Amino acid sequence: MAWLDRTARGLFMTELVKGFALTFSYMFKPRVTINYPYERSPLSPRFRGEHALRRYPNGEERCIACKLCEAVCPALAITIEAEPREDGSRRTTRYDIDMTKCIYCGLCQEACPVDAIVEGPNLEFATETREELFYNKEKLLANGDRWEPLLAANIAADAPYR
Amino acid sequence: MADFLALHLGLPLAGATLLAIILKILVITVPLLIAMAMMTYMERKVLAAIQLRQGPILVGPFGLLQPFADGLKLLTKETIIPAGANRAVFLIAPMLTFIMALIAWAVIPFGEGLVLSDLNVGVLYLFAISSLGVYGIIMSGWASNSKYAFLGGLRSAAQMVSYEVSIGFVIITVLLCVGSLNLSDIVRAQSHVWFCIPLFPMFVVFFISALAETNRAPFDLPEGESELVGGFHTEYSAMTFALFFLGEYISMLLMSGMTSVLFLGGWQPFPFLGFIPGPLNLIIKILLLMFVFIWVRGTLPRYRYDQLMRLGWKVFLPFSLIWVILTAGFLVYFDKLPH
Repeated sequence: MAWLDRTARGLFMTELVKGFALTFSYMFKPRVTINYPYERSPLSPRFRGEHALRRYPNGEERCIACKLCEAVCPALAITIEAEPREDGSRRTTRYDIDMTKCIYCGLCQEACPVDAIVEGPNLEFATETREELFYNKEKLLANGDRWEPLLAANIAADAPYR
Repeated sequence: MADFLALHLGLPLAGATLLAIILKILVITVPLLIAMAMMTYMERKVLAAIQLRQGPILVGPFGLLQPFADGLKLLTKETIIPAGANRAVFLIAPMLTFIMALIAWAVIPFGEGLVLSDLNVGVLYLFAISSLGVYGIIMSGWASNSKYAFLGGLRSAAQMVSYEVSIGFVIITVLLCVGSLNLSDIVRAQSHVWFCIPLFPMFVVFFISALAETNRAPFDLPEGESELVGGFHTEYSAMTFALFFLGEYISMLLMSGMTSVLFLGGWQPFPFLGFIPGPLNLIIKILLLMFVFIWVRGTLPRYRYDQLMRLGWKVFLPFSLIWVILTAGFLVYFDKLPH
């Protein structure tokens, strides 16, 4: 009888009809598309986007040139040179990130003992030339100044889970 | 119409007749090309809806101008002819496909008397033209001098030839019920009941064969991109590609038109909707069938080549053959043959 069953199902195309009904019902479901430039999906506080170097509220830069980020970076994207400043504190003279090498793993911000290097919520930093993606210290500090409110909020939001 | 032109434009009758024919051709062809453009839009929108996407929305209101933007892009691009290609055949092939798809519309009746040429062998003409369309594909596959195009062309030819056989038998059952090869007569014979009701299995077989005949999903093996790149039009670019594309969509529209004329009563009104004028009925039927074409594409995965051949030769052919015999036997036994 299995043979008869199978033949009857094939002849009356019940499975085809079921499939067609399913796709037809999908036509009336709401779209899942987000019109990206005009609409955005929410970002997690842990989102790892463009890098930024943060400052303390008094304007002093946080980075103490411990070079942990440079050491942990699996893509070797970070280059740091450091020497003592006039007041004797240890600061970086050079802090470069090659954004074309970076794999956005977030290990640098995990390694940082003072929350200086962070990955922010910005994901729209495409450039027309390759050279513009070789970030130096000024660029990273400028990013930090630009995104500070959001960066601080993200770190605060994630703090309970650390 | 020729008399009208001769009277009002002061032309000699021969010139007026020619002008009238050209005008009629334009009246069919221009809306057809626009319909084809809107078909690509409809296809993208319907597929998008089935897949919970949006489809084109940016060019013009609701993305309505998208097909024209695409057409413009194809027009302005460079036509690349491969070094090893047979230039003449390579260029003739897309034209042939396009022209064959277009000239078949000469016999489709849009309303009572609204037909470009009221051929008494209309069905035969349609059948001949749709068979000739295979040549464009074989020629393109051969002239491209590329293994993908060649294999795609071969598959396409084999597929079209296989399914034309069962289409032929399906048409014979319709002809048995009508007793005429004239498409207008076929429509008139359906004034009481559309043939899709008494000949429902044949209607299904015809529609599925039409999918195979126009190389549409789930029978789009000739252009199965995962194995044959683009099939027979792998090497084509710009306007030559656009002609294949146009030809494919116009032959889809043509197959929908044939299905409407043979099974859905052509210009005959829908039940309870008698107020819709004749040509509009046909257009609505064609649109509905085109929607089904796209719906099928959004639902079914592609057939394997041997499954395709098995379906064509071992299922549809015997099935339609038996149905021809049944129909003929029924008509003879109850003495209902048309005279």
